[in-house]
Amino acid sequence: MRVGVVTFPGSLDDVDARRAVRLAGADAVPLWHGTDELAGVDAVVLPGGFSYGDYLRCGAIARFSPVMGAVTSAARRGMPVLGICNGFQILCESNLLPGALVRNDSRRFVCRDQGLRIENTATAWTSAYTLREEVTLVLKNGEGGYVANAATLQRLEDEGRVVARYLGDNPNGSMREIAGICNERGNVVGLMPHPEHAVNDLCGPGTDGSRFFTSVLSAVVAA
Amino acid sequence: MTTRLVLDTVALAGETPDVQQPWADLGLKDDEYSQIRAILGRRPSSSELAMYSVMWSEHCSYKSSKVHLRRFGESLTDAMRQRLLVGIGENAGVVDVGDGLAVTFKIESHNHPSYVEPYQGAATGVGGIVRDILAMGARPVALLDSLRVGPLDAVDTRRVLPGVVAGVGGYGNCLGLPNVGGEVVFDPSYAGNPLVNALCVGVLRHDEVHLAKASGAGNRVLLYGAATGGDGIGGVSVLASETFEAAHRPAKRPSVQVGDPFMEKLLIECTLELFNGQLITGIQDLGGAGLSCATSELASSGGSGMRIQLDLVPLRDTSLTPEEILMSESQERMMAIVEPQQVQPFLAVCDRWGVEATDIGEVTDSGRLVIDWQGQRIVDVPPGSVAHDGPVYERPLCRPAAHDALASDSAERLSRPGGGAELRATVLALAASPNLCDRSWVTDQYDRYVQGNTVLAQPEDAGVIRIDEGSGRGVAVSTDCNARFVQLDPYAGAQLALAEAYRNVAVSGARPIAVTDCLNFGSPEDPGVMWQFAEAVRGLADGCRELEIPVTGGNVSFYNQTGDTAILPTPVVGVLGVIDDVRRRTPIGFTGPGCAVYLLGETRDELSGSEWAVVVHDHLGGHPPAVDLAAERALADVMVAAAAERLLSSAHDLSEGGLAQALVESCLRRGVGVGIALPGLDPLVALFSESTSRALVSLPTTQEVRLAELCSEHGVPSTRLGETVGIGGAAEIDVAALFNLPLDELRAAWSTTLPSALDNA
Repeated sequence: MRVGVVTFPGSLDDVDARRAVRLAGADAVPLWHGTDELAGVDAVVLPGGFSYGDYLRCGAIARFSPVMGAVTSAARRGMPVLGICNGFQILCESNLLPGALVRNDSRRFVCRDQGLRIENTATAWTSAYTLREEVTLVLKNGEGGYVANAATLQRLEDEGRVVARYLGDNPNGSMREIAGICNERGNVVGLMPHPEHAVNDLCGPGTDGSRFFTSVLSAVVAA
Repeated sequence: MTTRLVLDTVALAGETPDVQQPWADLGLKDDEYSQIRAILGRRPSSSELAMYSVMWSEHCSYKSSKVHLRRFGESLTDAMRQRLLVGIGENAGVVDVGDGLAVTFKIESHNHPSYVEPYQGAATGVGGIVRDILAMGARPVALLDSLRVGPLDAVDTRRVLPGVVAGVGGYGNCLGLPNVGGEVVFDPSYAGNPLVNALCVGVLRHDEVHLAKASGAGNRVLLYGAATGGDGIGGVSVLASETFEAAHRPAKRPSVQVGDPFMEKLLIECTLELFNGQLITGIQDLGGAGLSCATSELASSGGSGMRIQLDLVPLRDTSLTPEEILMSESQERMMAIVEPQQVQPFLAVCDRWGVEATDIGEVTDSGRLVIDWQGQRIVDVPPGSVAHDGPVYERPLCRPAAHDALASDSAERLSRPGGGAELRATVLALAASPNLCDRSWVTDQYDRYVQGNTVLAQPEDAGVIRIDEGSGRGVAVSTDCNARFVQLDPYAGAQLALAEAYRNVAVSGARPIAVTDCLNFGSPEDPGVMWQFAEAVRGLADGCRELEIPVTGGNVSFYNQTGDTAILPTPVVGVLGVIDDVRRRTPIGFTGPGCAVYLLGETRDELSGSEWAVVVHDHLGGHPPAVDLAAERALADVMVAAAAERLLSSAHDLSEGGLAQALVESCLRRGVGVGIALPGLDPLVALFSESTSRALVSLPTTQEVRLAELCSEHGVPSTRLGETVGIGGAAEIDVAALFNLPLDELRAAWSTTLPSALDNA
């Protein structure tokens, strides 16, 4: 099982994402932004960070990188893709997911341990959770406020495509407390909090994040 | 600097000895200008004058502090040298941490720019220290920031603090460096002169150490990173060497540098790949004094010469004059010395990361630094005279006359609260006071998790970072300074700062091994300030010798004053420790009910300079708590041994706010209550004295015997205070026969102070 982790210029959590993939029992394959070759991977993680310095708009430049061309076609064919934080922003910019992420309503960067409720366990990345399970991940973003128009929000709710919602105080002004969503097929998931920072007890708030990475292993085996 | 039509060349300087030069406007004294003429045997060209003026500024030359800083080197013993791979004088010190691994760390100030433009000042302060660490050959792995601003309720604090915090976060977060600790201190003396000190830690293998030396005639000089612009020109000589009042002269308008953390992130990854490919023989970052500093220091340290073609430097603004290019402090630039056959591979790595790199000259064996501009020679100097042999001053120093009155005005004589109700109110008031309340308004703006190696971060006593995933080896770092203690007694106060940082590292379970310092003081031209400085350095050097941990590097920041009023003398001390296995670290918070709670160390009636004296009585006077470094060492031995044996559930250093505040913080960390009886002292002293060499620990009752053995083995007094009790809504701090304080009430008071003052500011 090979899971690719893309490094864009300005990616920061790529090392962490590769560690999380390895701890889940898969091979972590570094993918470089400048190539459209996916090296035969079975799934792709777009990690957190500030790709291309967040110039123009978060994710707006990464969308046009050679690797995203390949990731976008693979995703449309059903390959599991998880975008974390900046990766979520890139997925929205790439039109693989609807809506957008805007500056936190507090106007400040926020880093904290964040409670979430998992609301969809049918995706490639969340099948190892139980429905409505409450988990704690790391949240850290400056532009994590999820926004979409009313029709899109309604459609996401109707189709059960809200993957995770924030518990307690809304940390960034996201509409309907949305922390993560998926595409129609459930293979592409965007998540603002960071599961890769919650994969061991020593260096994060517990291990609640691990199952994002073990879920995808079963999804790929089943496919 | 005004643009001239005629280029002032070396030849012209020789032909026109009597031209009037603006040396005074550039911050040089008349004897310094004469000294430059004597070195060159002619008047300097305008480019040479620019270089000397910026390199001989206080900030770059350490001309007022050098004679005192020598103490750090002179007090080194063989035991202190044991782990020292690179000492003071390089970009940062390097210490051995075992298994072939080494750690480099340094703290640096960016005070004046952060007052002028808080966001960019703080951001570029982070950028500068990160490049220093990178230049040693290390991967940067963590940041700490030590901030001091005016009173929380001052209008300007609401401009400065949010800007500084956003700048530290904006830059550090974008680099992917976890921010794991530091301080935020409020005091009126910083109102017109905030302190922004940033510490960076880097990791490398012993054989990866790189030095800032240009050697090997024929080797190429490569400038890489951002293009050079007009930002920060004269920043060093103006901002760091005169007060703001003196800075209104037109030629000296302060200009703060502007940072681009994305470029710096690329620079980090690119440079690490260059090191990895062994493509660099010498390297220097461009910080204060920009190209003037990098070229002269590289050539001087390498004992070589250098020839630079200045018009090859990529510019963001083509109207810049050669003098301005030499002085520009544009950020995110590095200079590397590269063997000729490695230039192509070097450029290929830079290209892969999208980093512009330019071959601008070569190393020579002439012993001269020569710089050409459009075919004409504009600089021809001995590099050492610019970089290392600047003026050195023995400034007059004098213990201020008012000091005796200050020292005799002891806080031990202040009125003391009587009963339990008053003590309870005092615990609450202190917990909610700006200097002791919850820091998360600040620290939640910093990414503490990135890189996935953060084992402990603020509000823990020390930041602990895993540096080897296989073995679990890690380092712990803490920065501290109680400037009020330094004001009361600079010698003892500096030792108290050292002792606190040392203790913070030890209670987390790590063995302290090295020190970095950031010495923030007023004007060195004030004999009273100079006395504080000399005493603080002497105290620190003596203290390091007694603790047997070397100062490996640091920074001096003078002229931190508003008018004639200096800041509290603030020698911030950073201590680094090593822990063999980070799984054995000890956190500060009580972990659950049923643990025994002990106070280690001795409590004396020491309230002068304390938080209690300031918060309750607005009083500062008397003598600070007694320094006992032998007791600090003994306590550290107990804490490190206890951590290695996994005896303890928690351990928290006692410092500002004494036992009361330690209890507050240990309880609130995980919402676990405690029931204690105070030892038979005046309860006020027991709760609020700031006696040193103390820690509050909790442990399973099955381990009490072993802790008692360890304490007796090392001669550390221990007092059983009680046990942890209760979690959730019922948890409280219960002090037998005096008061009880529900944690919910305490948390409400402790956590609202900063948000209510700063939100929507």
